[in-house]
Amino acid sequence: MTSVQRPTLLRLESIRKSFSGVTVLHGINAEIEQGEVLGILGENGAGKSTLLKIVSGIYSLSDGALHLDGEPVTIGSPGDAKRLGIAMIPQEFNLIASLNVFENIFLGHELKRGSLLDKAAMRQRTHDLLQLLETELDPDSLVEDLSVAEKQMVEIAKALVHDARILIMDEPTTVLTKKEVEVLFALIAKLKAQGVTILFISHKLKEVKQLCDRLMILRDGQLVSMDEVAHLSEHDMATKMVGRELNQIFPERSQPLDEWALEVSGLSIRSQLHDISFGVRKGEVLGFAGLVGSGRTETMEALMGLRRSDSGQVKVFGKPVKIRKLRQAVELGLAYLSEDRQGAGLVMNFDLPENISLISLKRYSRGLINHQQTRKQAQDYVQRFSIKAPSLGSELQYLSGGNQQKVYLSKWMDTDPKILILDEPTRGVDVNTKKDIYHFIQSLTEQGMAVIVISSEMEELIGLAHRVMVMREGRLQGELSGEQINEQQIMLLAAGLGPQQRETA
Amino acid sequence: MSDAIKKGVLATRFFSGSNAKPKFTIGNYAPLIALIILVVISALASEHFLMPRNITNVLRQVSYTGIIALGMTFVIIAGGIDLSVGSGLALVGVLVIMLLNYLGDGWLAVSVAIGAAAALGAMSGAINGALTTKGKIAPFVATLATMSIFRSLTLYISDAGEMVSQNSVYSKVGTGYFLDLPVPVWLFLGLAALGHMLLRHTAFGRHVCAVGSNPKVASYSAINVQRIIFSTFVILGVTVGLSAVMLSSRLNSVSPGDAGMFYELDAIAAVVIGGTSLNGGKGTIWGTVIGAVILGIINNMLNLMGVSPYLQGTVKGLVILIAVLMQYKRER
Repeated sequence: MTSVQRPTLLRLESIRKSFSGVTVLHGINAEIEQGEVLGILGENGAGKSTLLKIVSGIYSLSDGALHLDGEPVTIGSPGDAKRLGIAMIPQEFNLIASLNVFENIFLGHELKRGSLLDKAAMRQRTHDLLQLLETELDPDSLVEDLSVAEKQMVEIAKALVHDARILIMDEPTTVLTKKEVEVLFALIAKLKAQGVTILFISHKLKEVKQLCDRLMILRDGQLVSMDEVAHLSEHDMATKMVGRELNQIFPERSQPLDEWALEVSGLSIRSQLHDISFGVRKGEVLGFAGLVGSGRTETMEALMGLRRSDSGQVKVFGKPVKIRKLRQAVELGLAYLSEDRQGAGLVMNFDLPENISLISLKRYSRGLINHQQTRKQAQDYVQRFSIKAPSLGSELQYLSGGNQQKVYLSKWMDTDPKILILDEPTRGVDVNTKKDIYHFIQSLTEQGMAVIVISSEMEELIGLAHRVMVMREGRLQGELSGEQINEQQIMLLAAGLGPQQRETA
Repeated sequence: MSDAIKKGVLATRFFSGSNAKPKFTIGNYAPLIALIILVVISALASEHFLMPRNITNVLRQVSYTGIIALGMTFVIIAGGIDLSVGSGLALVGVLVIMLLNYLGDGWLAVSVAIGAAAALGAMSGAINGALTTKGKIAPFVATLATMSIFRSLTLYISDAGEMVSQNSVYSKVGTGYFLDLPVPVWLFLGLAALGHMLLRHTAFGRHVCAVGSNPKVASYSAINVQRIIFSTFVILGVTVGLSAVMLSSRLNSVSPGDAGMFYELDAIAAVVIGGTSLNGGKGTIWGTVIGAVILGIINNMLNLMGVSPYLQGTVKGLVILIAVLMQYKRER
C-alpha cells in the first residue's frame, strides 16, 4: 500500500490515564487520519484497550485532550462517542439474545411513528444495511440463533446505523474462522472505501500486515511507534511490541516426570463436549489452545465438578475418581483458577486474608476462625508473590489486575494442590506480573506439580507448555509437542484443518 | 439493563481509588454516631427520656423486632429478604399457646413450648429457604406468598379469636427481670453476641458474606451456596420463634389478626439503618442492634413529645430512606 495524504480526523494529545494511582497510559500523542485502517498492536496490558475505551467514552481520561476535526471534544460517555460518530465493536458482544436482529440494531434508538414502534421502517433500514454489508442475515432472526461471526456482523451494523465515522474493533478475528475473517476483511475494505476510519486491535501480526495502512505500537502505556505498515516487517513489529527478546520472559522448561498426575478419558457433555481425553504428568505443563468458545473452559469446569458431565472417566495419580462437586476436586488436590477473575474468582469486597483463606478456611478454624493465622498466611503469600497492596486489610477491588491475579493464585495455592489448572492466567495482567507468573509455574513444575494452562495467547503456550492440546467446537483437534508447538500448527488445528495440511496464506 | 448498571457500579467502585481503605472510614461508624447524637438530642428534649424506667421500656419494646432483625441480618447479607416474619411470628405464637394449653401447667410445659417455638420457627424459615433455593423463587416473592399463607393459617387455626395461655408461669418468661433488665432484652443481647460470633468468627459467617457478595465466586470457591442461603432462612426462623415466645408470654396471649403486624418492616429497617447493604455481601450484627435501638428511641421520643402516633410511620419511613441514601453515597 502506498502512502496517501489523508486529512487528520482525530488527534490524541498527551492522553494520560491512571487507575488507583497506577498510570497505565503515559501521555499518548497521535494523529488518526480519515479513512485509514489503523492497526493497534501491543501486548496485554500495553494500554491498547484502555486507549480505545477512552476514545469510545467508556473511561474518562485523567489528563490530555482529544480533537475531532480540529475541534477539542470531550467524550464523557459512550453516548457522547456515538453522537460524535465513534463506535466500538466490543470483544464481548452487547447483544440481547432474546431479541431479533433489527430490534438489537435499533435498541435504545427505536424508530417510532407517533408513540408506536415503526417496525417496518426499522426492518427496512436493517435490511438495507445488511445488504450493504453483503450478508444474508435476516433482520428477523433471533440473535441467540446466530453464529459468533453473525453476531459480530450485527454489532457492526449496529455501529453503522448511527453513521459511525470511526469504528473501533477490539480483536475481532479471535472468534472467527479463517473464512469468516476473509469476509470481515472484505467488509473493512468496503467501509474504508466509504471513508470510515477503522481502528483495529489485534495481536496477529500477519493479519495486521495484510489489513492495515498504518500501525500504532504500544508498550507499557507508551507509544513506541506510528508507522506505515509497508515499512515494517513482522519481526520489527514483534521486537517493538515486546521491547526485548521473548526468551527472557519465559523460563527454561523443567523435565517432566513419567508418572501421570491426571488422566481424563471420554469426557462428554451433550452438545458441548465430545469425547475429550488427555493426561498430564507430574512436573509437566500441558497447554490448551483453541478459539474462544472451543470448549476448553467447559472441559476444565466439568473436570472440577463445576459442570455436570454426561460421561467420562477421571484418574488422579492412577486412582479412578468421581468428582461431582468442587469440594471433592479440592480434596483430591485439584485447583482451578477461572478465566473470570472478578466474576468467579475473588470476592471484591473481602480483604486479602479473607480471600486467600476462603477455600481453605477449615484449616484455620476450630469452631472459630483464627484470624491471626489467616493474616500471617496471607502475609507469607504477599512476600512470596510480591503482591502490591496498600495493606493486608485492603479490599481486593482496590488492587490492580496483576495483583488480584496473584491473590487469586495464593487463594488456590493455599489449598495445597497437586494439579493446578490455570484458565487464561495472564489476561489483563501487566508484563512484569506475567513474567512472575511464568516463573512461578516453572518453579512449581520443578517441584513435581502438574500444570494445565488454557491460553488464547499463543506465545504463552509456545513459551511454557511441554505439550499442547488444541480444541475446536467441543472436540480435541490434535496434540502438539516439542518442535510442533508453533503458532502456525496451533492455528491450523484451531481452525479445523489438520496439521499436515499446507498453509494457504 | 441491570447488568449494565452493575458493571457500571463495579467499574466506578474499582477505579475510585481515592478512598483506598474503606474499612476504617467514619462511614462504617455512622450508625453508632447517629445513635449517640439521637440520645443527646433526646435527653435534651425530654427530661423523662433518660429515666431508667423509660430506657428499660425502650429496650424491651425494641427487643421483639430486634431479635428478628438479628436473623434478618444473615438473610440480607446472603442476598435475600424475608417479608413473612410478622405472620410467621403470629403463627408460631398461636401454635405455641395451643401446645402450652394442651401440655398443662408448670415450667416443664413452658420449656417444651419454648423448644417447640424455636423448632416451628426454624420450620417456617426452612419453607422460605426451600422456596428460594430449591424452588428458585425470588425471596421477595416467595416470602410475600408465605406472609399471606402464614397469616391466613394463623387466623384459621385460632378461628380469628384471641389465644390465651392457661399456663400460670408462662407469663413470667416475658415479664420477668434479671439484674434490672427485662428477660427479652437479655435474650436480644445474648443472641446478638452469639450472632456476632457466628457472622464474624466462623467459617459459616464468612461464607454468608461471600455468597451475598458474589454467589458465583462463592460456588467457584467450593462453597455450597444453596445450603448457606437455606441456613440463613432457618436462622431467621429460629429468631422469629423465640420472638414469638417473648411477645406471647409478655401478653400471655396472641391475637392472631395483628400480632407481628409490620414486624418485617421494623426488622428490615433496623438492619438497613445498621449499615448492612441491601445488595448483600456486607453488614454487621452490632449495626443491627444499634439500628433497632435507634428505631425504638425515635418511637419513644415521638410518644414523649406528643406527636400523633399516626405520624410515626412517616418518620420511620424517612429514617429508612436516609439510611439507604447514606449507604449508596458511601458506596459511590
